[in-house]
Amino acid sequence: MGKFAAIAGIGQTEFSKNSGRSELQLAAEASKAALDDAGINPADVDGMITFTIDGNDEIGLSRCLGVKDLAYTTRIPGGGAASVATIHQAAAAVTSGACEVVVVWRAMNERSQYRFGQPMVPPSGGVVNVAGNGTGSLLWCMPFGAQTPASWEALATQHYMETYGVTNRDLGHVSVAQRKHAATNPLAWFYGKPITLEDHQQSKWIVEPVLRLLDCCQESDGGVAIVITSLERARDLKQKPVRIASSAQSIPAEVEVISNYYHADLNMMPEAHGVAKRLYAGSGLAPRDMQLAMIYDAFTPQVLKQLEAFGFCKQGEAKDFVKGGNIEVGGALPVNTNGGLIGEAYIHGMNNITEAVRQLRGTATNQVAKMTNALVSCGMAGAILTNS
Amino acid sequence: MSSNDNPAPPAATRPDPVFTADAVFFWEGIARGELLGQRCADCKKLTHPPRPMCPACHSVKRETVKLSGRGKVASWVIPRHPAPVGFAESPIVALIELEEGIRLVSNLIDVGPDAVRGGLAVEVRFAPTRGGKAVPVFTPAKARARG
Repeated sequence: MGKFAAIAGIGQTEFSKNSGRSELQLAAEASKAALDDAGINPADVDGMITFTIDGNDEIGLSRCLGVKDLAYTTRIPGGGAASVATIHQAAAAVTSGACEVVVVWRAMNERSQYRFGQPMVPPSGGVVNVAGNGTGSLLWCMPFGAQTPASWEALATQHYMETYGVTNRDLGHVSVAQRKHAATNPLAWFYGKPITLEDHQQSKWIVEPVLRLLDCCQESDGGVAIVITSLERARDLKQKPVRIASSAQSIPAEVEVISNYYHADLNMMPEAHGVAKRLYAGSGLAPRDMQLAMIYDAFTPQVLKQLEAFGFCKQGEAKDFVKGGNIEVGGALPVNTNGGLIGEAYIHGMNNITEAVRQLRGTATNQVAKMTNALVSCGMAGAILTNS
Repeated sequence: MSSNDNPAPPAATRPDPVFTADAVFFWEGIARGELLGQRCADCKKLTHPPRPMCPACHSVKRETVKLSGRGKVASWVIPRHPAPVGFAESPIVALIELEEGIRLVSNLIDVGPDAVRGGLAVEVRFAPTRGGKAVPVFTPAKARARG
């Protein structure tokens, strides 16, 4: 296909534990920063995409930015599974001609205003309607004490760990590498605070025997925005375009978000395999062509499972792949070079996309040498971004 | 939880089940002490979680079937922090693969973490919730009277 979309601008607020302002203000500040980065007048935005669970209205954000006439809006379900899907759908909207300039945003006071990590139990029993966010099957977990994202993820992972002999200590290598990256990233909450494997092993159990505290992402306040337009238009803007070489979603049969217990093979993440197949077919590229992988890391096991699904190592071998500096800058496949959701901030996956853009522009703090292609994945969606 | 019925057990604190309209049959069955599955009335495909249409033949005719209540542990964890709401001690949360081939999230009782492993044979029991409802839980099959 000859027609491509590109990322023309990125923007963000500071990442904190208490932003001191409304989520709408965070969304507006991040969007304005992304549009400034691109060199686009906010009035000219005509598309808006965010998560179903984002707390801000399109109209509210349009009023802040002074948008003249929105032509296209949509929202994506699945919590963090929406993150890279926003890029996919923005690219589809732009290349189809539905709109020309899309602002994608996610803004949240997820530490100071509410916390995803706290137990979630509906106040009363009985029949409810929970559709729309992609997480309705969590109802089957709550009366059994699985009431947090960590518990849902852990239950989806223990089987995998037992099958391949993966220990919690093995998972610690992911945290250590990412905290090393965060330690040299001034934008990261954990800037200047690397950890050792022993620190990881001494952190408290969150969900035994899978997740310790240092296997879990942060809870953060902050906003991130990304501007997507046609490659043709992006070439006339301020930044060197980052082309969306391929983007995809995949939700295979019986797969669901996080409480992913009902598909055939619990050792696999079928949605990530589905995304990988589409991305590689769509771009003509292969795992060996990637110089960077930005992988949704709400919890460390998700990194292992996605490394396998995207073909960077064989099934069951990620526990070894993540050792020995392999996933650090300078290693065979640098992963989450901003520190990821674990080390930089938890802006629901969006800050992992902006890091890929910085790497492809050559402006990252922990710059990877000779960047051409970056994989960005959130499990149910992914993109291959390129500066070529 | 022991099988000793005396003295009276403390009041249940476990959260009540919350469910969608298409899962009412399941929880009504549990309230009667029956573990029920949903099957397509036309092609007989068993599905979980429940749904209003059969994904194989697209029939909307459903029937409930009594499940054996026997299965094995597919995955298990113990949520430690933050403490689960409604539990005096952290329960063992388990994914149970039933003989009939469907999986359910549940709890393991009568067994400690040291004795739990993937593939452990289990069978269903029922545990009360704080609002007078019940949920299915599982105990190691060896605890069942032989024969």
